[in-house]
Amino acid sequence: MIYGDDLLDREVTSGFGCDLISDSLCYARPGCLLLTGLTNIQIIRLAEMVEARGIVFVRGKRPGPEVIELARQKNLPLLATNMFLFESCGILYQAGLRSS
Amino acid sequence: MQLRFEVQGMDFSRAGQAAAKIKKVLQQVGVEPGIVRRAIIVAYEAELNIVIHAYHGTLTASITPRKIEIVAEDEGPGIPDISLAMQEGYSTAPPHIREMGFGAGMGLPNIKKSADDLDIQSEVNKGTRLRAAIFI
Repeated sequence: MIYGDDLLDREVTSGFGCDLISDSLCYARPGCLLLTGLTNIQIIRLAEMVEARGIVFVRGKRPGPEVIELARQKNLPLLATNMFLFESCGILYQAGLRSS
Repeated sequence: MQLRFEVQGMDFSRAGQAAAKIKKVLQQVGVEPGIVRRAIIVAYEAELNIVIHAYHGTLTASITPRKIEIVAEDEGPGIPDISLAMQEGYSTAPPHIREMGFGAGMGLPNIKKSADDLDIQSEVNKGTRLRAAIFI
């Protein structure tokens, strides 16, 4: 957990895994959990734009302090895993989460 | 109603703010979510095109009861071949931009898909003017 321990009870309605900003913008649905290897500040702006309810950074990527601060301002929980995108999505899918 | 924003080339920390503000206003005036979504794809991609490719520019959103018009005007290198730039996957973005998740060559194609009407004028070494309309 990088930010938002108190936001873990937030419900997500779908998942979207992607490393391209343009595709995420077009296909991620409001209420989704965003899984990505992108850690620059644009991922927070994107999450706000598509109304994502949280971000999981995959492949051991960790965002910088500026990115975490913006997430805090937007009240957006950030999580991180060392797993690859495919595996992370697979685990969530098995747990019942479906695609955006 | 008209909203106008200055957009600075290569300013990735502020990029996307104009589109986010346009989204808020569209939601506040009660525009249907599907229309907001399309307008925001146009606004965000157009804003990021200025950030990635141009020196500076403006993003303007004009909202009337019948349509949302987004105009992105920049001073920059221009687009030598617009039909090539409209092709999915064609991009002139350098590697460090691609590493940030941009430059997949989907910006203009996504704008075209999302807009009901699109017009692009460009002059090499001068700049580009993009006008897109989404009918409500």
